[in-house]
Amino acid sequence: MPDTAIAEAPAKAATGGNILQVRNLEAWYGESHILHGINFDVNAGEVVTLLGRNGAGKTTTLKSIMGIIGKRTGSVKFNNQDIIRSTSDKIARMGIAFCPEERGIFSSLDVRENLMLPPVVREGGLPLDQIFDLFPNLKERLNSQGTKLSGGEQQMLAIARILRTGASFLMLDEPTEGLAPVIIQQIGHTIARLKKEGFTILLVEQNFRFASTVADRYYIVEHGKVIDGFANSELSANMDKLHTYLGV
Amino acid sequence: MQALYAQLLVGLINGSFYALLSLGLAVIFGMLNIINFAHGAVYMMGAFVAYFLLNLGGINYWWALLLAPIIVGIFGMILERTMLQWLTGLDHLYGLLLTFGIALIVQGVFQNYFGSSGLPYAIPDQLKGGMNLGFMFLPVYRGWVVVFSLVVCLATWFLIEKTQLGAYLRAATENPTLVRAFGINVPRMITLTYGLGVGLAALAGVLSAPINQVRPLMGADLIIVVFAVVVIGGMGSIMGSIITGFALGVIEGLTKYFYPEASNTVVFVLMVLVLLVKPTGLTGRAA
Repeated sequence: MPDTAIAEAPAKAATGGNILQVRNLEAWYGESHILHGINFDVNAGEVVTLLGRNGAGKTTTLKSIMGIIGKRTGSVKFNNQDIIRSTSDKIARMGIAFCPEERGIFSSLDVRENLMLPPVVREGGLPLDQIFDLFPNLKERLNSQGTKLSGGEQQMLAIARILRTGASFLMLDEPTEGLAPVIIQQIGHTIARLKKEGFTILLVEQNFRFASTVADRYYIVEHGKVIDGFANSELSANMDKLHTYLGV
Repeated sequence: MQALYAQLLVGLINGSFYALLSLGLAVIFGMLNIINFAHGAVYMMGAFVAYFLLNLGGINYWWALLLAPIIVGIFGMILERTMLQWLTGLDHLYGLLLTFGIALIVQGVFQNYFGSSGLPYAIPDQLKGGMNLGFMFLPVYRGWVVVFSLVVCLATWFLIEKTQLGAYLRAATENPTLVRAFGINVPRMITLTYGLGVGLAALAGVLSAPINQVRPLMGADLIIVVFAVVVIGGMGSIMGSIITGFALGVIEGLTKYFYPEASNTVVFVLMVLVLLVKPTGLTGRAA
């Protein structure tokens, strides 16, 4: 199946309108060519997961969409607007929010400052009481230094702060990495609730078990390309392939 | 005893200039990662702009306190946009060499037109005279410099440590890429921050003009001591720069009273001692 067909086939089966369309996305870190023509779609209200081995190009894909990779080519359309040449601050103001793998909690800011840091880019962000309802731990730690929180709490803070902004399209990079099972479960509940609230989520995960509890669709990334894609309903039929792709 | 108090006052005044200048340097280093050797030159430009405003435009000291930092700040922002921004991500040495070169050019141009001797700048009428405090005579202008500098330093500290804008600045110091991905125009913020740091130096220049006269090399004489202050306080630390600036001014003043021969070197001796014991400075964080 050609790459673009992989991108479109499962997406057409989904219900919401197309919100993100990535075509022939290539990206470089200095001289290293990392992405070799990524193609996939995300529809409004979906949770789409990029799966793949370490170094496959999943994180680079998110960073390229967000505009924080220096050299990138191809086409990234968000709400039918091509954003491939936009700077990351403009992309954020269009309604895309990014939660990085390393969480990006600022040590010189307390929890309250970290939470309030991203500016509100449009209406419709979650109010603070709803955020504290999702992450009650944060309310008790508002005056603590951001990096003094536990790994789980830092992850919650990293997700919480982008929910305030009004961005409706969230990109979460390995939100479960290095966390205890009980915290992973809590993050799973949060993603499910955000989906119910109407957020569209593009998730990068290596933890397939976790991804299968929240995702509507999957794309497999290998060597900087999307090599396969299927819906959650087709998961059992694709398990053997998936084990081969992920090497599990 | 009168002499001791007089030296303490001189120390506090020098401390005011150290604090204002090192604060600007700390803000610039924290945000741009640039060791701004042009800081002495922009301090001198602040004094010269005040001189021009008065002698060419008839604009008095009080307006100069506002206008000179804005004018020199704009000059700084043009420097940042046209030259310094291209050094992002490069070794500190490039920024140091570039700003050192800028300082030499600016000082050279002023020296070419105005020579090396000082131009007079009168103390404004409202701040002339002095007060007898019983234990010493306090010239009003010198008291004003200390109080005003302290207020400006604390206002800058408040801006950076206690406001949302300051939170953006501190966060962008740690991770500018992520802050930009939140929707904040970081390049513009960097330009404004450089303008702020340069403006603080120009403000110090205006304050200094009636005390030290207006000279092309007035900044070159001061900047080495100010760098020592920043190193002692901790590179990039805002409160560290303020406290160390005032404290070292006082220590220098006391040394002038107790052991005058060491007064020009005491700051550097302290710098060496601090670097031996705490290489990140008294309030600096490890990189």
